[in-house]
Amino acid sequence: MMSGAPTGALNSIPDLLARNVAAFGSKTAYREKEFGIWQSWSWAEAADEIESFALGLLALGAKEGDHIAISGRNRPALYWAMISAQMVGCVPVPLYQDAAAEEIAYALEHCGARFVVVGDQEQVDKITDAREGLTTIDHVIYLDGRGLRKYDHTAMSSYADVQAKGLAGGFGQELAARRAVLTYDDTCVMLYTSGTTGRPKGVVLSNRNVIETSKNSAEFDGLRADDEVLAYLPMAWVGDFIFSIGQALWTGFCVNCPESEHTMMTDLREIGPTYYFAPPRVFEGQLTTVMIRMEDAGRFKRWLFDHAMSHARRVGPAILDGKDVSLMDRLRYRLENFLVIGPLKNTLGLSRVRVGYTAGEAIGPEIFDFYRALGINLKQLYGQTEATVFITQQPDGEVRSDTVGVPSPGVELKIAESGEVFYRSPGTFVEYYKNADSTASTKDTEGWVATGDAGFIEEGSGHLRIIDRAKDVAKMADGSLFAPKYVENKLKFYPNILEAVVFGAGRDRCTAFINIDLTAVGNWAERNNIAYSSYQELSQHPKVVEMIKGHVDAVNESVAQDEMLAGCQIHRFLILHKELDADDGEMTRTRKVRRSVVGEKFDDLIAALYDGSATIYTETEVTYEDGRKGKITATLEICDANVFDRKKVAA
Amino acid sequence: MESYVTADGRTIGNTLMDMRNITLRFGGVEAIKQISFDIREGEIRAIIGPNGAGKSSMLNVISGFYNPQEGEVWFKGEKRPPMKPYQVARHGIARTFQNIALFEGMSVLDNVMTGRLRQMNTGILGQAIWVGKAQREEAENREAVEKIIDFLEIQSIRKTPVGRLPYGLKKRVELARALAAEPQLLLLDEPMAGMNVEEKEDMSRYILDVNDEFGTTVALIEHDMGVVMDLSDRVVVMDYGRKIGDGTPDEVRNNQEVIDAYLGVAHD
Repeated sequence: MMSGAPTGALNSIPDLLARNVAAFGSKTAYREKEFGIWQSWSWAEAADEIESFALGLLALGAKEGDHIAISGRNRPALYWAMISAQMVGCVPVPLYQDAAAEEIAYALEHCGARFVVVGDQEQVDKITDAREGLTTIDHVIYLDGRGLRKYDHTAMSSYADVQAKGLAGGFGQELAARRAVLTYDDTCVMLYTSGTTGRPKGVVLSNRNVIETSKNSAEFDGLRADDEVLAYLPMAWVGDFIFSIGQALWTGFCVNCPESEHTMMTDLREIGPTYYFAPPRVFEGQLTTVMIRMEDAGRFKRWLFDHAMSHARRVGPAILDGKDVSLMDRLRYRLENFLVIGPLKNTLGLSRVRVGYTAGEAIGPEIFDFYRALGINLKQLYGQTEATVFITQQPDGEVRSDTVGVPSPGVELKIAESGEVFYRSPGTFVEYYKNADSTASTKDTEGWVATGDAGFIEEGSGHLRIIDRAKDVAKMADGSLFAPKYVENKLKFYPNILEAVVFGAGRDRCTAFINIDLTAVGNWAERNNIAYSSYQELSQHPKVVEMIKGHVDAVNESVAQDEMLAGCQIHRFLILHKELDADDGEMTRTRKVRRSVVGEKFDDLIAALYDGSATIYTETEVTYEDGRKGKITATLEICDANVFDRKKVAA
Repeated sequence: MESYVTADGRTIGNTLMDMRNITLRFGGVEAIKQISFDIREGEIRAIIGPNGAGKSSMLNVISGFYNPQEGEVWFKGEKRPPMKPYQVARHGIARTFQNIALFEGMSVLDNVMTGRLRQMNTGILGQAIWVGKAQREEAENREAVEKIIDFLEIQSIRKTPVGRLPYGLKKRVELARALAAEPQLLLLDEPMAGMNVEEKEDMSRYILDVNDEFGTTVALIEHDMGVVMDLSDRVVVMDYGRKIGDGTPDEVRNNQEVIDAYLGVAHD
């Protein structure tokens, strides 16, 4: 060990690191699969790596309060770089690695980053592009030097070189001094919110926010030092920061980084995490894969699977919630577990999951129940960057697909008259960086923060239910309630539908855009001998349109049951000729639809949905991954759906 | 010959391979007529020409598969006697094929491991019993192979049978196998054939990186002119078995005979 960290108070992430080294120094803290082998680092080894990089930052002249941007796939060294930055009093700013160069340039300029730590050449190139207009960047540090040999190195170094420079420099005392003055209210991290509207905002979180939240949430779920997580979600997302840094440092569990984004499923199986987080789309994707493979399986296996699953769906969740289940059912579930469920969970890499969470979007009840039936303790939580993730979460034994749980420890909730949800908690963010106006309009003087979501607290259970984004909830022309998300989610629960956007605010009826799911529909097409050469062609195939119409009709029928929202039935819809994409600005990087962008971009299509035309010809600009633009043209079919009468309420 | 440094900072060294007055005949057909050219250490050398110009034959002469009836092949300053391909491989030359030649039923990893044959010394018996030296040797070679897998970013298909892979990835696996042999001279027979634009860009990037990171000399045959002109340091142009041009991409592009060969010329 090079420098003695302050003992006693746990005021910062570096303090927690020092405590972990003392408490379980030789226990594995980080793993990364590289060259086909899981490489591992103990807490003591990780601390050495972190300290030498921190010394390197001092050698490069990092000053207290400087911002250090970090971009790349999840790798231990990048997590370490964030802790090194904190150690020298700088603010780490993780960025989305797949963001376009201009988005990165905006963030770099906004925070005035002096140093940028990146994974590989791809990110170096993006930074180089961004750098032309920026004067603040002093130095770029990269992990993987491949392809970078010929680059100008006057203001660029490899991670290892920076560490070596730090170790040679004699900055030990300076580092100890910087560590000693870190307080509970210093900035821990700054995260850019993806923002469904407008420019991203830099959310400043203090050590207090992160440590209190990590402590509360870790205690809520009984997380332990021997837990394992797989760090595969974007590092710029607040959830990853809390799981892979906050909670990991608080409880001392091990963070595992996959080999590459494409090997995630294999790596998941090899690690078998005990604490697992995934957005609904990952669970949906896994379920779709299982179902497709079961359809290809032999008749006996299919019979076994169907029987086991139908029984497990009935008793599995009940057993998980500790409810009364007959001995016969328990025995049968055990047998199913041995024959079907256990092997399936193992294939999915979820055998050891003790605590699983999903959040970010609504998850389909079918999907949710499937995983619960397998005996996986999958729960929902509701949160946002400004709350350091946790607002509400579901306690063990009180898990349902239609609520997001009870307030997390230390969180106060209130529902405004407009229906908007407000919260106040130890995790409530400090401010939006350089944006006092937005800070003031989001967080009032008493510390209450507007979530922007409309919802209500269910009587009896005390669980929060979210209806929709508060600004998306509107009235239709006849004054009935319009909640697009509610209908979209119902549509998206069909595996064939990847994304849906419903329109209808201020109109007399609702219409929708639909994106098909290429995996599911492609498989269906193969099965039914339907030939297609492109996404576009498949999406407009009459049989596909017919199938989607069936789904829309079914959704309408179910929406009609809801007295309040019966007006949201979809009268007409079309299937889009391209997938909505973050590169085209139609979605955020966390894959939330930007309603207004979609509305403007495809205004011709919306017009056609309302003027009664049967087809519409359209040209759309698309952006390729490397930033070049192209144009696709298509003639889209517009389809009428069946609308159902409002259900008569029995007197 | 003086070594020099290219505009992008690579060092081009002495002559690695020198082809002197090569003539290759199949019966009465003269596939290659009196061709001379050299390949220098560290450079990317392209051989181009219309269909049937004799490019693949030329590559087969370099790789030792064909022995020319006339002419001399000089490699690393020595005249090379007629050799079997495996002997050529021992001298540090590896290649990929126009029509992919991988073991379809074997995993990517096993396919790439076959490229390490030259580096393995234990006999069949030792490998079967797999103790001591054999075990150590396999671990060492696996490590080298894993570095190449990482380099070419094919980790996610490591255990996938090659037969299940799409064409573009098979090409990449073939390159991996050639690299596993740690060649001094890498021969690529139409590395981009049948690829889409994105795959071509990826492959170009890999070829440049191989040349840059490992200092491997590359000789390639390619139809895509854009690719050839962007990648190569020097280009040999063949037509009907003759050499009609030789020089930097710019020189070749402005050579009237080359333009005629590609665009056709009126014979009156």
